[in-house]
Amino acid sequence: MLSNIFKPGRLAFIPYIMAGDPDLETTRAIVSALTEAGADAIELGVPYSDPLADGPTIEAAGTRALKNGVKLSDVLALVKEVHEAAPPIVLFTYYNPVYQYGVQEFARAAAGAGAAGAIVPDLSLEEAEPLRLALGAHDLEMPLLVAPSTPRDRAAEIAGQSGGFVYVVSRLGVTGAGQAPNFEPVRKQIAELRSVTKKPLALGFGISSAEHVRAVRGLVDGVIVGSALIDAYSNARGNEAARRAGDYLKALREE
Amino acid sequence: MRMRPSAAGYFGEFGGKFVPEVLVAALAELEREVDRAFADPAFWNEYASVLAEFVGRPSPIYRAERFTAEVSPATLVLKREDLNHTGAHKINNTVGQALLARRMGKKRLIAETGAGQHGVATATVGAKFGIPVDVYMGAVDVERQALNVYIMELFGATVHAVHGGTQTLKDATSEAFRQWAARVDDTFYVIGSVVGAHPYPFMVREFQKVIGTEARAQCLERFGKLPSDVIACVGGGSNAAGIFAGFIDDAGVKLWGVEAAGDGIETKRTAASLNAGTVGVLHGSRSYVLQTADGQVRETHSISAGLDYPGVGPEHAYLKESGRASYVSVTDAEALEAFFDLAKTEGIIPALEAAHALAFARRLAAERGPDDVVLVNLSGRGDKDINQIRAL
Repeated sequence: MLSNIFKPGRLAFIPYIMAGDPDLETTRAIVSALTEAGADAIELGVPYSDPLADGPTIEAAGTRALKNGVKLSDVLALVKEVHEAAPPIVLFTYYNPVYQYGVQEFARAAAGAGAAGAIVPDLSLEEAEPLRLALGAHDLEMPLLVAPSTPRDRAAEIAGQSGGFVYVVSRLGVTGAGQAPNFEPVRKQIAELRSVTKKPLALGFGISSAEHVRAVRGLVDGVIVGSALIDAYSNARGNEAARRAGDYLKALREE
Repeated sequence: MRMRPSAAGYFGEFGGKFVPEVLVAALAELEREVDRAFADPAFWNEYASVLAEFVGRPSPIYRAERFTAEVSPATLVLKREDLNHTGAHKINNTVGQALLARRMGKKRLIAETGAGQHGVATATVGAKFGIPVDVYMGAVDVERQALNVYIMELFGATVHAVHGGTQTLKDATSEAFRQWAARVDDTFYVIGSVVGAHPYPFMVREFQKVIGTEARAQCLERFGKLPSDVIACVGGGSNAAGIFAGFIDDAGVKLWGVEAAGDGIETKRTAASLNAGTVGVLHGSRSYVLQTADGQVRETHSISAGLDYPGVGPEHAYLKESGRASYVSVTDAEALEAFFDLAKTEGIIPALEAAHALAFARRLAAERGPDDVVLVNLSGRGDKDINQIRAL
């Protein structure tokens, strides 16, 4: 279960990488380097042509993977191959590839591959239920997102339905390391969430430096690092990319 | 016909709100304001007055006698949206959305645009109402619609070329969504068609409904009867949704949406989502999408930048499934032929978008009798396309 990766008094690190960027072989190597570097879970991105919640870094990573013809079925096959030697793997995918695969079929295949759950950033609470229930039937969890613009009551409702942890978006906007997060409004939202849920809270979007990690230590239960990590290895492939990814995560964790 | 979507924003099984959580509160705020404004006669009075004095409504209907003279005894009538200020139906919608943005106290408008018509229409209302405008446009479209880029800048808007993906309308739309997410507090996203998450498809349709309401009354007055057929081009589908809305309850009136087949719907170079696509989720709603079997949105092709979009409004998907409207397609070559023919026979230059509707109209009119009136929405004028066509 995803919730098991969170321990009191300890910050969990959840790196995000795009499957198939620049190729599946490199992704395999990066997964093992991140495992070795102490990743508590890994978010594995499924490439998509129109990623509305992502900034330029992840969009470009997805475009590179798509150029290699990487499909959802390839990503599931990769999970099957690597999951036993890795921390829990959460698929991060937009809804349309899942919808085309078939919601029930996707849940069955993700469970069969050994994934721990799925995050679908363009499924709002109102549209998430069919997939959430399908995943749940296979004991897979679906963390839901809370944004800074989410009203209090709605945040409580999202937290109630979120599986594994609550994904707290650190700022308005899309993923990416380019714009520094302002953690002040987040603090207030975290306090509000703590009063309505016991579920772990993981913070993502814009977390890109040791300074950010220091700022949120003790505040949240986990951090999700995507764009900055991808930037750290984006010009390399194979073992060199894996080494850079592992070094990056180690450096962040040691902060 | 049920014309209002469900509370969750669905027309049948199409529509919904498939957006990142960061945008949900903004959609809810917009929904509340739409409900309030649409129930407020003062809102509609101001909308009508701007349309009359600034846009030049009502647009006339025009009997195009020479365009079909050789092929059809039926009466072909054009609804002249090309005579609107800025040269297309797009302005009806941007006036409505700008009035909403003003009521909501928003400080900035953003828009996506393909051919540039919606960008121009948004820049126009930005200038008129004194609201700053940022327009996102695919880098390829910035090239092929340079004149419209210049006009937007003339009206004080900032045009941002989008280099991601295929560098066309779908990528401009994705980028506008992202920009909206980043400044959701003070920014109003003026969507240019009946696409996007609820309440956009419904709201935009209501702003374009004026086309159908006027045309229906004009046909009754002029011909003493309703048309046998109403025809409009469909990219996202706003001009079609607008004119169809005026006739939706007239069961005897056939409604025809004309999609851009590009090189042909059997080829990969097409933009006909309803004819060659499958059900999927794109840009906030479930509808028909041109996509691969594994759910990647396909590159599209149409000679008309305004129709070159891989999705279509959810209401059209519903009208197709329910059988109330029929959706056909016209190739680049057929649209071009109609473009030149209308110019030569009537002295009117249609937008390439509207040329698709005209091409089908002539085909259909050939099957209609002397008592039939065939109404075509001439959604925009073709000045913007002249350079592209001269270069062919």
